[in-house]
Amino acid sequence: MTMTDKTPGLYIHVPFCRSKCPYCDFYSMPVNTELKEKYIAATAGILSSLEQKFNTVYFGGGSPDMLGEENIAYLLGLVNRTEDAEITVECNPSGTGCEKRSFDFGVLSGAGVNRISLGLQSAVDTERRQLGRTAGIKEAGTAVKKIQEAGIDNISLDVMLGIPGQTEESLRTTLEYCVNSGAKHISAYMLKIEEGTYFHKVADKLNLPGEDEVCDMYLAASEFLRQNGFLHYEISNFALPGYESRHNLKYWHCEEYEGIGPSAHSFMHGKRYCYPRDISSYIEGKPPVYDSDGADPKEYIMLALRLSEGLVYDRFRQRFSKEVPDKMIEYALLLEKNGLARVTDKQFNLTPEGFLVSNTAILNLIGLL
Amino acid sequence: MAVDKSKIRNFCIIAHIDHGKSTLADRLLEITGAVALRDMTAQLLDKMDLERERGITIKAHPVKLNYKAADGEEYALNLIDTPGHVDFNYEVSRSLAACEGAILIVDATQGVEAQTLANTYLALDHDLEIVPVINKIDLPSADAERVAQEVEDVIGLDCSEAPRVSAKTGENCGQVLEQIVKLIPPPAADDSKPCRALIFDSVYDSYKGVIVYVRIVEGKLKPGDTMRMMATGAEFTVVETGYMRAQDPEPCSELTAGEVGYITASIKTVSDARVGDTVTTAQNPASEPLPGYRKVNPMVFCGIYPADGADYENLRDALEKLQLNDAALSYEPETSGALGFGFRCGFLGLLHLEIIQERLEREYDLDLITTIPSVIYKINLSDGTQLEIDNPTHYPDPSTIASCEEPFTDAHIYSPAEYVGTIMDLCQERRGIFKNMDYITPERVDIHYELPLNEIIYDFFDSLKSRTRGYASFDYEISEYRESKLVKLDVILNGDVVDALSFIIHADKAYPKARKIAERLKDNIPRQMFEIPIQIGIGGKIIARETVKAMRKDVLAKCYGGDITRKKKLLEKQKEGKKRMRHFGTVEVPQEAFMAVLKLDDND
Repeated sequence: MTMTDKTPGLYIHVPFCRSKCPYCDFYSMPVNTELKEKYIAATAGILSSLEQKFNTVYFGGGSPDMLGEENIAYLLGLVNRTEDAEITVECNPSGTGCEKRSFDFGVLSGAGVNRISLGLQSAVDTERRQLGRTAGIKEAGTAVKKIQEAGIDNISLDVMLGIPGQTEESLRTTLEYCVNSGAKHISAYMLKIEEGTYFHKVADKLNLPGEDEVCDMYLAASEFLRQNGFLHYEISNFALPGYESRHNLKYWHCEEYEGIGPSAHSFMHGKRYCYPRDISSYIEGKPPVYDSDGADPKEYIMLALRLSEGLVYDRFRQRFSKEVPDKMIEYALLLEKNGLARVTDKQFNLTPEGFLVSNTAILNLIGLL
Repeated sequence: MAVDKSKIRNFCIIAHIDHGKSTLADRLLEITGAVALRDMTAQLLDKMDLERERGITIKAHPVKLNYKAADGEEYALNLIDTPGHVDFNYEVSRSLAACEGAILIVDATQGVEAQTLANTYLALDHDLEIVPVINKIDLPSADAERVAQEVEDVIGLDCSEAPRVSAKTGENCGQVLEQIVKLIPPPAADDSKPCRALIFDSVYDSYKGVIVYVRIVEGKLKPGDTMRMMATGAEFTVVETGYMRAQDPEPCSELTAGEVGYITASIKTVSDARVGDTVTTAQNPASEPLPGYRKVNPMVFCGIYPADGADYENLRDALEKLQLNDAALSYEPETSGALGFGFRCGFLGLLHLEIIQERLEREYDLDLITTIPSVIYKINLSDGTQLEIDNPTHYPDPSTIASCEEPFTDAHIYSPAEYVGTIMDLCQERRGIFKNMDYITPERVDIHYELPLNEIIYDFFDSLKSRTRGYASFDYEISEYRESKLVKLDVILNGDVVDALSFIIHADKAYPKARKIAERLKDNIPRQMFEIPIQIGIGGKIIARETVKAMRKDVLAKCYGGDITRKKKLLEKQKEGKKRMRHFGTVEVPQEAFMAVLKLDDND
C-alpha cells in the first residue's frame, strides 16, 4: 500500500442489470440495444477527452458484463493507463457463468483486465434465490473456472451477511466455497435494508437474522478468513496479502479518482462531484455536479479508520501538518480497553469488534478533532 | 380638573381558581364601555397566552373604568385583577394593599374552596370591604342559596345582598358595579402630603422601560418629578403618568392621592421598581415608606439548563427579561458536570416554577432541562455549624452531619367528603401528619394536615387533582422547620456521579425511589459501545444497580463506491441525533432519559 498515490483511479459506472435485486439501491435499469449504444458512445466520448493517466480502472454497476466483453474492451482501449494498472470488472455469475450464454473472459484479459469481482453473495442456492439471484451456485462455479482459464487469477467474490434465512453454519459453507475456489479477495457486506428497495417494503415479512446473529456471523467470517490467510484489511474486505483492491484503497486513503457514468462519484483536485442518477442527462452530455469538498482531516480519519492499518500518525502529520490530537488517542485507548481498538505508538485502528460499532466510534473520535 | 376623591373606588377581585374572576372582569369592562363588544376576547386582562390557556391570572393588571351609577354620579372604578394562586400571595397582598375593597367571587356550583378562604383572610387582613358575589348561576348544577349560606357560615359574610350573577351571560353583573359604589369606601386621600405611592406591580416594556403600576396613597406625582424608590433609593425622572385602560393606556397630567395609575421613567429593570416599594419624590420626600414591603424569598429551587449548550446566552437573556417583570424570580449561574452551564433558579412555589419554565420555552423558544425541585434544608453539622442548602450538590459528607431539618407546611385540603379516604392516603404517602378534619357542610370537608414542603412541591397537586377528579382544592403555608431523616441520593453512571440527578429525600423513601430511577435510566439510555453500569448510592453505599448492555452493531458496512459524501452525510445524520445527548465522561445520555427520571412520580 503506497502512502500517497498521486496517480488517480478511474471508475466507470455501468447502470444496466438483467433484473433489479430486491435489496439493491444502486442506480441501475434494464437495458435495450439503443440505450446501450448511446451509453457507450457517451462514455467513449468522455474517456477520449480525459488527459491524465490512471493506475486503476474499475468497471462497476449494475452489471458491466451486460455491455458485452467486446464493448468493455473497446472502452478500456480508450483509457490512458499505466503499465501496472489494476483493471477490475464486476461481473454477475448469471450473465457470465451460464454455459448457454457465452461470455469470453479471454477478450477481457486480452484487453488488459486483470481482476474480476464476482457477485456471488452466497454459495447456498436458497439464499441466492432470496436475493433474487437467478443463477445457481453451479453457474458461479463455472464463471470462476472460466475466469481462471482466461488467465485472470485475481478474483474477488462478494459475500452477503444477514441474508434472510442465513445462519452462521450456512455462511461457513459460503466462505469455505470462496476459499476453495481460489478467490484472492472477498468482500463481505452486511445486508442493509435500504429505503426504496423491495426488501424495505416487505421488511417485516423477511426472515432476517437478528442483530446479534449478524454480529456473530461477521466476527466468525473475520475469524475464519484470517485463519485461511486472508487479511481483514477493511471493514468489509478481506484479501490474501498483496491482493488488496488498489482501486478501493484509493477511496479509503482519500486519494483521487475520476468517476464516469450516471451516479458515479469523483474526487479530483480536492473536490467531490458526481453525475446525477439520470442516464438521459448523462447521454446528453450533462457534466457532473459539485458534491462537497473532500479530504479534510475529519473525512480522512473517517476513511482511514475503515482500514485495519487505521490512522497512521506520520501520514496524518504529513498530510495536514498537524498531530493527531492526544484526546483522540486517549479515546482510542479507552476503545482498546474495551476490545474495540488497537493502539500502538505509530497508529491506532479498530478491531473487528470495533468495526461493528465503527459509526459511533468514528463519530466520537472525529468529534475530538 | 381636580379629581373628586369621593367618586373613586379602588377594588380587586378575589376568587378560587376557575370561579370566574377574569370572566367577571371582562363583563365589568363591557358594561362600563371600557371596551367595545367587537374587541372583546375572553379574559381580556390576562395578557399572556399562558394565562388565558390555564385560565389563571399570573400578573395583576389594573384598569380604570368610568361608571355612571344609578345615583346619577360618574365614578372612577379602578379594578386591580389579582393572581389567584398561593404561590403569588405576596403579589396578591400588594394588590390588596392598593384597594379599599374586594369583590369575592364564589362559584355557585362549587362553594367555598381553599383559596376562597385564603384570599378572603388576606383581604380582611388589609381591612378591605368585601363584596360577595355568587357566580355561575346559569349552570344547571348551580345552587346559589346553598353557596350563599356556606359563605355566611364559613366566612361570616352577609350574603343577603350579594349579587347572584352569571359572568358568562352577563346576567345581574350590573348589580356588582352598584355594590362596589355603594359598599366600598372612597380612598382617604390627601394631596398636600409628601408623595407616597405603593408599587403593586410593574411590567417591562421594550419601548418605555419599566411601567410601574402604583396606587397614590398620599401626595401627587407628575411628569418631570424626580421619583425615588424608598427601599432601593434609586431615582428616576418621571416621563409619563397615566391611567391604564382596557386597551391603550391614557396619559394624564398628574396622578393624585387615591388614584391608581402608571408611571414610566425610563427604568431599565423591575428590580428597580420592586412590588411593595414606596415611590416618593426627591423634591419633597416622605419620611416613612408605606408598610408591608418585603423582598420576596424563593421557596422552591431547581437548576434550569439549556438542552443545547449553545443556548446558554439566550437562556440568560430570557431569564433577565423575565426577571424584569418578576422580582420574585431569582437566578444565579451554576455549572453542572452533567448539564454544563445553566442557572440555579428560585421560585415562590411550584406553579411559579412551571410558569417560568413554560414561558421560557414558549416565549423564548428554549428547550430546557429542569432538575428535580428542592426546598431549603437546614443541615446541622457535628461541629455545631448550620448550613442552609437548596442544591443537593452542596450536601455535605454524611459523616459530618449531626441532624437535618426540613420545612413543614400547614396544609388545608377542601374536598367533597367522598374523597376523604384517598386524600388521606395521599397525605400519608407524602409523610403527612393528620391534624383534624372539619365538615364545612355535610358534603364538604376541610382536611388539615402538616406536610413536608418537599413532598408537595413535586406533583402533589396533580396527584390530588387526579385522585379527586379535580374536585379537591389545596392551600398551604410554611409553618416551621423540623428535624428529619434526610439522605442524598446520587446517580452514578459508569462510575461518575451525575450531579444533576442528585436529590435529597427522606431516608424511608430512598430505596424504592432508587430502584425506580435505576430502571428508568436503564430503559432510556440507548446501548453504547461499552457496557454502562448504573448505580444509585447514598454516600458511598450503593442501594440499587442496573446495567445497560453494550451495543454490538452500528456500521456502514456497505461500499457506496466512491460516494464518500453519502457516508459523511450518514455520519452527520447520526451526529444530529447525538446533539440532544448529554455526556457524562464517556457515557451519552439522551434528554429523554433525564426527563424520565426527573418526571418520576407516584404512579411509576
